[in-house]
Amino acid sequence: MDYALVVLIEVLRAVGGLVLISIGLAIIFGMMRIVNIAHGEFLMLGGYTVVLAGKAGINTWVAMLVLAPAVVGLVGIAIERCFIRFLYGRMLDTLLATWGLSLFIVGFVTVVFGNTLEGVSVSLGSFEVGRFRVAGYSIFIIAMAAVLLVGTVAMLRGTRLGLIARGTMQNPGMAAALGLSPPKIYMVTFGIGAALTGLAGGVLAPITGVVPTMGIAFIAQAFITVITGGAAIVAGTGSASSLLGSVSQLTTFATTPVIGDVALLFVAVALLRILPQGITSRFFRRSL
Amino acid sequence: MKRRDFLKKSAAAGATVGMASLIGLSARAQGAEILIGGLHDETGGLDFAGKPMQQVLGFAVDEINEQGGLLGRKLKLVTADTQTNMQLYASLAQQVALKDKVSVVHGGLTSASREVIRPVLRRFNTLYFYNTLYEGGVCDRNCFCTGTTPAQTVQKLVPHVMKKWGKKVYTIAADYNYGQITSAWVKKYVEENGGQVLSTDFFPLDVTNFGPTIQKIQAAKPDLVMSVLVGAAHLGFYRQWAAAGMKKQIPIASTTFGAGGTEPILITPEESEGIITCYGYYPTIDIPANKAFKTKVQAKLGAMPPAGNGPLLTELSVCTYEGMMLWAAGVKKAGTVDRMKVIEALETGISLDMPSGKVTIDPTTHHVTRDVYLANLKNREYVILESFSQQPPADTQAVCDLKKNPNDNQHYQIKL
Repeated sequence: MDYALVVLIEVLRAVGGLVLISIGLAIIFGMMRIVNIAHGEFLMLGGYTVVLAGKAGINTWVAMLVLAPAVVGLVGIAIERCFIRFLYGRMLDTLLATWGLSLFIVGFVTVVFGNTLEGVSVSLGSFEVGRFRVAGYSIFIIAMAAVLLVGTVAMLRGTRLGLIARGTMQNPGMAAALGLSPPKIYMVTFGIGAALTGLAGGVLAPITGVVPTMGIAFIAQAFITVITGGAAIVAGTGSASSLLGSVSQLTTFATTPVIGDVALLFVAVALLRILPQGITSRFFRRSL
Repeated sequence: MKRRDFLKKSAAAGATVGMASLIGLSARAQGAEILIGGLHDETGGLDFAGKPMQQVLGFAVDEINEQGGLLGRKLKLVTADTQTNMQLYASLAQQVALKDKVSVVHGGLTSASREVIRPVLRRFNTLYFYNTLYEGGVCDRNCFCTGTTPAQTVQKLVPHVMKKWGKKVYTIAADYNYGQITSAWVKKYVEENGGQVLSTDFFPLDVTNFGPTIQKIQAAKPDLVMSVLVGAAHLGFYRQWAAAGMKKQIPIASTTFGAGGTEPILITPEESEGIITCYGYYPTIDIPANKAFKTKVQAKLGAMPPAGNGPLLTELSVCTYEGMMLWAAGVKKAGTVDRMKVIEALETGISLDMPSGKVTIDPTTHHVTRDVYLANLKNREYVILESFSQQPPADTQAVCDLKKNPNDNQHYQIKL
């Protein structure tokens, strides 16, 4: 019984982890059609922000929940102004440009900040579930993922900015005719995607640690989740994370992490064979 | 600057560079300098380990030059950055062997990289020193391995921690040849000491999520966890282990933690406290040779991180220094840098007093007999618990005899 509960917590944490790493990409790639290969580096920048702010004596929670999204969001806006805005509608070109960008960011961070930084540890303690001990931080990750999903729905559906952003992505010409400025909206949307990614990087930093090359560990999973999810940002990310996270984690429990990764890829491939446009092309079609 | 000036100046500069390289060529032809090749990962994922090895190799070369060089000639280091990239290992090994014609190559970090460059250097008759702790079993007359092997370290570590903590062991290991072979050694030694390995789990190098593993370990209830994890991603295990409050429940011993030196810096002191390891070198070894070595390195290159920007002194970097010194002793004895004569000189069993203690070449395996130490991490400092004098590379000795089969060229693997 206690084992089942522990497995459930770990499954939820895996799902939460996938939601965290892919929600920003869902906006940048899912909504804006920018193949952002530098997504993993945005996560890394969030992690670095937390670690460097921690070294400078700033409270870890402030660094994680405020500074990381702010810094990475601003970096995202700068990148959008310098590179991305010339590449809208040219999906393959964005792939090449952001790949170069990712190499640049890794090199830049290595040279400027070095790659041997002490990680941060956040003490949320641990609690007992029968014979097992579970980290309190796992619960925090699950909660953060839930907050992000709900927050994104609320923003896209409930605010004027969300409405404008959705409208502009659907038909920029019409949005411009109505007196809005699509370039500005693209910039802000990209910035929000980057900020969410930075937040995720900050939240994950205490358990994964930060090195300049850490993005590689996340980039494939993030893209697989977003593509499997399909067009709807929140419902897609949520459903794909739930499915893939559960499959990989349960397989890992039953066998080994290697087989767990294989199972995740297998399910994603099989699913895309059946639903080439992702889960939300058939289910949750009218949701966000 | 006017365009014309610029053209003039750059032409002049070009000519100077050209002259310099011409002079370099003629110098090599006369044999004024002895060239030493260094193939290390100065950049890329493993640069934290490769860069100190490179720095300390340079330090060793400088030290020999300050004492007048070798055979009346100065040494010159030719370095090539392999960038943690196997293709580059292959091409750069060819480059230093064929283009630069170095007398010896020091380098390689992972076992994978060693197996890329070892055949290349053998083919092109260039002597090779591999200065990393590894899984043992390389048997090649052209190659000297100066790091420790499992018979020297794991054999000491396992009984020590089993006596201290108990007989049930849970092994977690990196999923490539080093992890697979080393965890096989762990199993062998645990069983020889009357214990039991409850499970051995392997992890690809990019795994960061150890949640299920931590719960599985708790379900298995071992007396201790033996970690053969490798690399930055795997450090997540120690963090998540501490976060789950397991540090006080089940202790950890490791064949890899801190081997490259950065692990105790990357994670907090609380997370690394109490991990027991066994290597051929620790900065805290209390012998005069080590103190003198540390002072010299610090004066020249700076203090060790996190205090300064000097090289991390670990088994990796210090064995690189010792490998260079052993080769130099071989050259002195042979009176030439000729590859075969140096090998024969080294095979007389050259022995030196080094920072890690006495280091002696084992002629039959081309590995070394050296002192080995057990240490416990306390607030990022290695507290030496026990030292073992003059441990032979027994694992490789069991399979390799270069005296009998000088043409042997294999990487033997343990069979259990």
